[in-house]
Amino acid sequence: MRWILNSNITGGAGAIEAKASHSSKKEGNTLSFKKFLYSQKTAPYVFALPFILSFTIFWIYPLFSAIIMSFQDIGAVTTKFIGIKNYTKLLKDSVFHIAMANSFEYMLFTCLLLIPFPLLYAVLMDSNLVKAKGLWKALLYVPALTSVVISGTLFRLMFSEYKTGQLNVLMTMLGLPAMKWLKVKFTSEIALLLLCCWRWTGVNMLYFLSGLKSIDKSLYESADIDGATSWQKFKFITIPLMKPTTIYVLTISIYAGLSMFLESFMLWAGNSSPNNIGLTIVGYLYKRGIEKDDMGYACAVGVVLMVLGLIINFVQLGLNGTLKKEED
Amino acid sequence: MPATDTVKKSSSKIGATIGSVFATGLFAIVSAIICFPLLAGLIASFRPGRELIRKGLSISLDPSSMNLNNYNYLFCGNADSKKYWMWFKNSMVLTVVTVALTLIICYFVAYSITMYEFRFKRLFFLLVIATMMVPFEILMLPLYKEIIAFKLIDTMAGVMLPGLCASSTIFFFHQYMKSLPKELLDSGRIDGANEYRIAVSIMMPIAKPAFSAMAILCAMGAWNNMLWPMLIFRSANKFTLTIGLNTLLTPYGNNYDMLIAGSMMAIIPILILFLLFQKYIVDGMTAGAVKG
Repeated sequence: MRWILNSNITGGAGAIEAKASHSSKKEGNTLSFKKFLYSQKTAPYVFALPFILSFTIFWIYPLFSAIIMSFQDIGAVTTKFIGIKNYTKLLKDSVFHIAMANSFEYMLFTCLLLIPFPLLYAVLMDSNLVKAKGLWKALLYVPALTSVVISGTLFRLMFSEYKTGQLNVLMTMLGLPAMKWLKVKFTSEIALLLLCCWRWTGVNMLYFLSGLKSIDKSLYESADIDGATSWQKFKFITIPLMKPTTIYVLTISIYAGLSMFLESFMLWAGNSSPNNIGLTIVGYLYKRGIEKDDMGYACAVGVVLMVLGLIINFVQLGLNGTLKKEED
Repeated sequence: MPATDTVKKSSSKIGATIGSVFATGLFAIVSAIICFPLLAGLIASFRPGRELIRKGLSISLDPSSMNLNNYNYLFCGNADSKKYWMWFKNSMVLTVVTVALTLIICYFVAYSITMYEFRFKRLFFLLVIATMMVPFEILMLPLYKEIIAFKLIDTMAGVMLPGLCASSTIFFFHQYMKSLPKELLDSGRIDGANEYRIAVSIMMPIAKPAFSAMAILCAMGAWNNMLWPMLIFRSANKFTLTIGLNTLLTPYGNNYDMLIAGSMMAIIPILILFLLFQKYIVDGMTAGAVKG
């Protein structure tokens, strides 16, 4: 780029001469620049440039500013460093404790519900027992296509506290009293978990199904020759070979469960639920950061969430031996 | 002896049939339960919204209470209907642009870390994985401040930019291209094509299945994205469907007529995409899961 500057600075009497000499120099430079740009050594960096930029601007920078902001008191005009005060405040903040408990509970139950059942469905789907496989696969996947706005609204209406809401109609049919589903902790947890299962069962089933597809079929054939029962085949071939897929699904489920927000946001039509029964960690972050404009405190909530997710996943990955394998 | 054999065979056949009936029946029941909320929503979209608030989603199929009023309202061209179709158009534009840019950018990034040997190759790959390990919600507030500082608030660019370099998409392209022969690059070089030409004219057509798989998943994500656009978009004429539909949920005069019919219409584009590209979805979502 220097030659542009040079030719701009040069002026006056020798301008034409200077221009001529510069343009020949420019040609040489462009050629070598072109050569440089087109070389096998440069090309990968050019291709990866968007990632480097996006990584720096939209990942590393916000990540570090989230950590820095969590030590600050960010007002409309002034920002000041307040040390770990945000964190000590979090320790005593009972609403945050409720949010933590809710998110943790939700994460735990989604993992318990969204791994065994989809795995079972996938194993059945992979066997010759099921007819019309394509139809069931498509139908189970359809909820994942709907946005949270739609699914949340539908579920709120289904769990309506009026006698005519579907769940209450069902309760009446079973001879049970109508319930105020979304006003009680226990029943609202059921509603949230059902919403989650409804949306993700099909997706997780497809994950497991593709894991099953990658298992070498000759293993089952040789097990057949050895006279293994179906249960033995499942226990000694399917389960061990499905481990990578299961770990993957578990890892993403832990993150998704801990950072759940919109489901609860839509189920209660806004970010407030009676006695905070639907408040999650991200819900609290949103409430503090966006609704109450207390960014520093909200960032502390975010950092706690990140650390929590990393710890749980590292413990989980360590226990099942994935981390060890990668070190080898 | 042969007699018992046939008995055994036929009894195992019967066993298999019973198993098949049970397994298929199980899926029929699960599918029915899963379809139920959407079907109920579809039925409700033919009823007045007032009834919906009073009675919840009704299961009754009584045709005398059903009519096309909600859909007529949606298409009638008044202010509300214009608003809805503007959201629809905004969602369409946002989805198409996001998908196109994401695919192109992620393809080239993945191409670089798959096809070349260079100094920071492993580091780049690790960074791609690292970005997957932090939920977006944690970066949300600093990103929001950043977008304000860039003066991109209330613009489509502000919504799209942070997500264009999607690590899961890069990762999938990487998994797919790993299996492609690298000799193709060398033969391209011998023919005198430069590095960029090889990436575009030789390798891109080969990676077409990966593009289809990622296109549908990206489209689903962009079409249904809600949290981030909700923070960035401020003026009502820029809202996408998800945020627009959400604004109909006011505590007063809930506009359920439009909400429920509009919600059903909002599923249609993505449902069509799904039906067209269904077979690619499985490949797309599972590249990471299988290889672990």
